Amino acid sequence: MRVRLLDIAHARSGDKGDTANVGIIALRPEWYAVLERHLTRERVARHFDGIIEGGVDRFELPNLGALNFLLHGALDGGGTLSLKTDAQGKVYSTALLRMELDVPDAEATAAGLPAAS
Amino acid sequence: MSRTVRVAGGQGFWGDWPEAPRRQVEGGPVDYLMLDYLAEVTMSILQKQKERDPAMGYARDFVGAMESVLAAVAERGVKVIANAGGVNPEACAAAVQAMARAAGRDGALRIGIVTGDNLLPRLDELLAAGHELRNMDTGEPLSVVRDRVIAANAYIGSTPIVEALARGANVVITGRSTDTALTMAPLRHEFGWGATEWDKLAAGIIAGHIIECGAQCSGGNCLYDWRNIPALADVGYPIVEGSADGTFIVTKHPGTGGRVSVPTVTEQLVYEMGDPHAYITPDVVADFTSIRLEAAGPDRVRVYGIRGAPATDKLKVSIAYKSGYKAVGSLVYAWPDALEKAEAADRILRERLDRLGLKFEKVLGEFVGASATHGRLAGDAGRHAPEVQYRIGVRDADRRKVERFTREIVPLVLNGPPSVTGFAGGRPKVEEIVAYWPALVDKTVVQTRVEVR
Repeated sequence: MRVRLLDIAHARSGDKGDTANVGIIALRPEWYAVLERHLTRERVARHFDGIIEGGVDRFELPNLGALNFLLHGALDGGGTLSLKTDAQGKVYSTALLRMELDVPDAEATAAGLPAAS
Repeated sequence: MSRTVRVAGGQGFWGDWPEAPRRQVEGGPVDYLMLDYLAEVTMSILQKQKERDPAMGYARDFVGAMESVLAAVAERGVKVIANAGGVNPEACAAAVQAMARAAGRDGALRIGIVTGDNLLPRLDELLAAGHELRNMDTGEPLSVVRDRVIAANAYIGSTPIVEALARGANVVITGRSTDTALTMAPLRHEFGWGATEWDKLAAGIIAGHIIECGAQCSGGNCLYDWRNIPALADVGYPIVEGSADGTFIVTKHPGTGGRVSVPTVTEQLVYEMGDPHAYITPDVVADFTSIRLEAAGPDRVRVYGIRGAPATDKLKVSIAYKSGYKAVGSLVYAWPDALEKAEAADRILRERLDRLGLKFEKVLGEFVGASATHGRLAGDAGRHAPEVQYRIGVRDADRRKVERFTREIVPLVLNGPPSVTGFAGGRPKVEEIVAYWPALVDKTVVQTRVEVR
């Protein structure tokens, strides 16, 4: 089943130098496991390929039902150097929520995930 | 019921809502008002102001904020803690005292001034002594940019603020204290937490992280259920109700707008997060993977379970240095074919820059309304946008080249693609870039001082 992240998670992003962070939070506690399994570092790196210049790190926060991604080289130098509209990475959050995941039907049904329309 | 201490967040950055400090002291009982004014680049702006006028170099908004809460400080014993001192805490204190005197309340204030974070006068001494102040991101030693440095401040922790409170200050003004120490210090002071009670110190730091961005934890900038967050025009700024055991409640004054819920607090917790296992501060290393949140009534979230680890022997240093020039300008193209026209303008402008022989370190063209923030992820919806803003910027070490670039945008109104408007600003301004150089220094080289007057 195709599942859109926007339908199963919320997010906030910010900056540290030239790195943007995106914290992504499951809308229901039981959906965190889906994020942890399918929203891999590699999957996120592919999503932002050509948009960011560096690599991606992932950290797990099961206590908050959240994953934290660091997107390196995302801000054209960051802070005052950056020429970008989003120089501080404030809306990388919703850029990530555009992603659609392929979740096996049995798993998606068991977790009650909404299908992408 | 055990005693709690209420710390209210009243400013999340220099430029935050001027109404918030007064609303925080008038909306219900609070013990402390915490005001955070400093972002990474703020110190360099303040340093420039101080060079022009030795009586400047602090967050001037703070004087107005103090005026708006003066009665609460004088009559109800509310204490104020702020990093408004910037690079000149003494001048900031003098301005607050002058304001209080003019209001006939100068006897009511005991101002604690925390200094010692400013390393600019000591920079060459530190470098000569072998402190390389390498850039934490690139690894380069500071010597590479030494002659362009305009500010250097160590991030300092809670200890000098606690000392100022212990010596009877009811207003504490610091320079580059960490944002989180401004909240942790009063909790540590009130509950007598020791310097090695890592879990409690970490809890105080996380309380500070939650409220340091003002309403961003109480419904502001909250994506979760954003349409239904009530009355943001009347948004309540956050309050931490701390307990001696390190647990705390996040809440806001009754009757205010916004929302405090597990989702609003969680969004703030992940904001600007790095490695969640090790949130490093001068006082303690906090572990964000230990945090537990639970709903505890309307607009109340209980936070508990927090673990901390011993502090490191380093302090982070925020260094600002001059790093060339930039300019950004824009034009707006309207339907039909708005994006196509904006893209044509981009090609024409770049060709003209090429013909002038102007090469820049960076040229960035963006199409606001189509792809500026999400790039190719936005898909092709922008092809049908009713209007698109073409936004172009350049960056270079040579000011003259950047200056020349600024003269190439507006002519496009008459000699480029049609249906163009939105050029009222004329030529964009050339801006000198002050860049940020994060470094580490041994704790032992930074001596903070506290004066209470």
